[in-house]
Amino acid sequence: MIATHYTYWIIFALMMIGLYAVMSHGNLVKKLIGLNVFQVAVFMFFISLGRVDEGSPPIITEGIEVYSHPLPHVLILTAIVVGVATTSVGVALAIRIFEAYGTVEEDDALARDVAEEAAE
Amino acid sequence: MNPTLALPLAVLLPLAGVAGVVLCRRRPNTRDAISVVAGVALAAVLISLWPVALYGTQIELWTWLPGITLTLELEPLGLLFATVAGVLWPVTTVYSIGYMRANRERNQTRFYAFFALAIAAAQLIAMSGDLVTMFIGYEMLTLATWPLVAHQGTADARRGARTYLIILLTTSIGLLLPAIVWTGVLAGTTQFATGGVLVGQAGPVVLTLLYAMYLFGIGKVALMPFHRWLPAAMVAPTPVSALLHAVAVVKAGGFAVVKVTIYVFGLDNLADSGGADPMVWVAAITLLVAGAIAVTQDDLKARLAYSTISQLAYIALGAALVDPDAVLEGALHIATHAVGKITLFFCAGAIYVATGLTRVSQLDGLGPRMPFTFAAFTIASLSIIGLPPLAGTWDKLLLMEGAVNGGWTVLAGVLLVGTLLSIAYLLPVSIRAFLLPERAAVGAARDDPSGVPLPRTPIQEAPASVVVPLCLTALACIAMFFLEDGLIEPLARVLEGR
Amino acid sequence: MIDQLPALQVVVPLVCAAVCVLLRSAFAAWLLFTVAAVASLVTAVVLTVLVRDGETIGYDMGGWPAPVGIELVVDQANAVVLLLLGVIAVIVASYGRRSIEAEIRPRRVRMFYAALCMLLTGLMGIAVTGDAFNLFVFLEISSLSSYALIALGRRRRALLAAFQYLVIGTVGGTFLLIGVGLAFAVTGTLNMTDLADRLPALEGNRAVTGSVVFIFVGLAIKMAVFPLHAWLPGAYSEAPSVVSVVLAAVGTKVAIYAFARFAFTVFGIDVVFTDLPIGQAILVVGSLAMLAGAAVACFQQDFKRLLAWSSIGQVGMIVTGIGLATAGGVSAAYLHIINHAIIKGALFAAAGILLLNLGSTSLDSMAGLGRRMPLTFGAVVIGGLGLIGVPPTAGFASKWALAAALVEDDQWLILAILLASSLLAMVYVGRVIEVAWFRSPAGVDAAPSPAAEHAAAAANPGTVRVREGTPLLMAAPVALLAVASVYFGIDASLPSGLADGAARVLTGGGLP
Repeated sequence: MIATHYTYWIIFALMMIGLYAVMSHGNLVKKLIGLNVFQVAVFMFFISLGRVDEGSPPIITEGIEVYSHPLPHVLILTAIVVGVATTSVGVALAIRIFEAYGTVEEDDALARDVAEEAAE
Repeated sequence: MNPTLALPLAVLLPLAGVAGVVLCRRRPNTRDAISVVAGVALAAVLISLWPVALYGTQIELWTWLPGITLTLELEPLGLLFATVAGVLWPVTTVYSIGYMRANRERNQTRFYAFFALAIAAAQLIAMSGDLVTMFIGYEMLTLATWPLVAHQGTADARRGARTYLIILLTTSIGLLLPAIVWTGVLAGTTQFATGGVLVGQAGPVVLTLLYAMYLFGIGKVALMPFHRWLPAAMVAPTPVSALLHAVAVVKAGGFAVVKVTIYVFGLDNLADSGGADPMVWVAAITLLVAGAIAVTQDDLKARLAYSTISQLAYIALGAALVDPDAVLEGALHIATHAVGKITLFFCAGAIYVATGLTRVSQLDGLGPRMPFTFAAFTIASLSIIGLPPLAGTWDKLLLMEGAVNGGWTVLAGVLLVGTLLSIAYLLPVSIRAFLLPERAAVGAARDDPSGVPLPRTPIQEAPASVVVPLCLTALACIAMFFLEDGLIEPLARVLEGR
Repeated sequence: MIDQLPALQVVVPLVCAAVCVLLRSAFAAWLLFTVAAVASLVTAVVLTVLVRDGETIGYDMGGWPAPVGIELVVDQANAVVLLLLGVIAVIVASYGRRSIEAEIRPRRVRMFYAALCMLLTGLMGIAVTGDAFNLFVFLEISSLSSYALIALGRRRRALLAAFQYLVIGTVGGTFLLIGVGLAFAVTGTLNMTDLADRLPALEGNRAVTGSVVFIFVGLAIKMAVFPLHAWLPGAYSEAPSVVSVVLAAVGTKVAIYAFARFAFTVFGIDVVFTDLPIGQAILVVGSLAMLAGAAVACFQQDFKRLLAWSSIGQVGMIVTGIGLATAGGVSAAYLHIINHAIIKGALFAAAGILLLNLGSTSLDSMAGLGRRMPLTFGAVVIGGLGLIGVPPTAGFASKWALAAALVEDDQWLILAILLASSLLAMVYVGRVIEVAWFRSPAGVDAAPSPAAEHAAAAANPGTVRVREGTPLLMAAPVALLAVASVYFGIDASLPSGLADGAARVLTGGGLP
């Protein structure tokens, strides 16, 4: 089971690493990196779904009967675009947060808000 | 009058009153006249409906949710409650004009607008032909009276209003609403029907539980332990206490209980299953305990409030005995107690307007100075106690009969003690006023909201617009003793049709 | 033309978004957004009428037939969602003009409208698509634009709220993607109709189970179902007023629709509710949400934050209806989707008016203003009563429907929780009403005091202008929503008819 599905296990491990990074870090940039790892793992999962045993790349060639499934690749192209967009929005937000708070640590930023409120 | 026209009109007239009051907010005289005119028109419409009350007119309004049609229905029980509220509304309006102006109350437009809205809600309850319509009116009444209770805007008033709202909404949402939904699911309909819609649809246990949910859920009938809202509501200006917390609001509770007993459960159905028996005890205990508390209250309005709780228990008791005589008592008590209690509140307000006094112990010797007020108070007291020749006589008699019919001999004792208690909490007021010597420093307690001291000239009667209404209602207490047959007849026909 | 309507529903706002970016003037951008909104509404109305008898309209995107190309599907289950989106879009178009002018820096206004168009595109797309992967893409489109919109809130804390939402939202979206991928792995298709055909044969397959769970959790994050709600209070309360209105009225609702679509038509009741304990899970989290959302709302000091927590409770109510998986429950859920959109739309719009006039939405700043701003606070009272579920407001109708569905299913405990949450709603709504109507204003002349104006300007220089009076364009939509919520409480036949139709399509059974 593990031997035949090892790609899935690796992908699963990657996903967990990414998710852990998202949850455990207060640093916004590290959160984004974790998010990317998580997403990329899912992309790889999709791409591996498209593999067909003995299949060749899905370009019609004479003498080849079995092709890999091309659809997941196309889908993941879209998903990658979504991922890039998400990352760029996230980075832009992180920059704005740094400008507004002078920190990219979530806890510090929250603490500054609380301190400001108390001062009022 | 054509009932299909008059039924919606009964609800729409007070609503038109709301609109008129709000539109004329800049001209107080016009505004107050509009309230009176709307009230008189409503009273006329309702009285004109009595001859046709027994034909059972029904108007289907529209489908609210699939399977639930909102309905207006004309039947004697509802018309009785509608008439009590509708006829006393213009009387109270005249009274409030005198009261509110004498006390220089603020926000009078808001006051009259919500007053009219509350009457519209009461009419909707009275004319409802199904449980959903009744519930809509019931909640509207709670909400419309909230600003009236909180009228003064002081911390006290806000606290009282909060208690008022929380208890009434908690009971209605927590118990009444699920009871109605459950009824709808069990019976497949939420319409009222002669003989009851739950007949054969539920076993004795479910009936008992459901009946308890209804009686406690209808918090406006103030069964213990859900009675606290009524004393809390006494922070309201006296006209509000008079019409709403002696007539419209509490009687909406009494009416709803009787209506549900007859048209949802069915008297025979309840009697066979014994589903109402536990509530007989709850009502009896409320009757006694509230009466006992009333005796201890020195604040006149608080005493009247506990007296109302005790008297409301008579209605609930009448319904829960599920004996035709007793139920008839419950229905009659809606009218007779309303007339008596509104007189008492009017008198309390008149005393406050004239002297600024609010406590029973301060009233010594005031009788000769305010003869009309205290005479009316005495008449109404005797009527509520149940002495002939006054309105309250007949229903006490019927309840006694009903209790004995049903084999509840213990209740005869309870009723006796209840009557003694009512003597103990009502008559001392008249006795102090007429028989004890006057105290010296009367009038010092006046707490004028605007802070301007009022003239401290010798005490005399309150303004005419305050005194005339209370004399009228006191006379009504006497008149109803002789006219009661006209009420009993159609109501008895309703009960025969069970 | 009629044939193209499902596509136009998405394409019109999408094109408008692109054009908005190119425009120079804020007014032109507003006009374009209004055109997109009105077009969406008209399209949705026509589609709703077309499917009213249970028809299904399919549309092959780009002329590629269904299993290969992307199919758009309109039936009663999503026509009502489209309709709701259209109505809210038009409301926002009217309401937003002055509100955005007051809250957003001038040079960002046209981009703001572009993002708003994208948000509309995404939400419309989720509702209209018949392709599982396409749904993920639209979900991300709507999410990305909402991150950007929330970040434009007037306080710097909006940035943090947007970032938190971005992280949680992306995780949720990715979970959905995993779920869709698993379903694809075992069926080889992404078309919802095809999936529905092939999945029943695979009953008991582990991958299908995983797929259901991942899709449920992913969408639950977007729905803000109780333990996954953390992003919502910040996002709703810090976003610009207009964005709060859209998100609160329809944002979570679309995700709820998507879940219902997956659960009932794609996987089927047997797989989701019979074989897997998803139904019970939803009932548990829905009940918790009802209690927790309403309870926390009682302790809020800020009006918008209070409304946001209330939304968490109300979403609990809606998903509880879905979790029952009966025709009555789903119908009640849909009814509350409609009614709650109207009620919360009115309330958040009223909050926007307060912000415009007072420069703050804290409860303290509202003290004694009921008489000065009768329209706004009238709407707050009506909306508040709707949240409690007292007649004669729309909230009562949906509460009734849900209570009846719960009784029919013998769910007495949940019924008790539903009623308890109504009572908690009474507490938090009562607080607001009491502050506004029965407490005296803090200063002698409270509305808008120079101090408040100053403080607001200092907190975010150049963005907020405090003005007296409410523009008609803002007041009218609030009044309209408030009137609608009363009207639908008295005569609920229109929304309940729509809800019933949707429930019939999803659960395959009619109501008695």
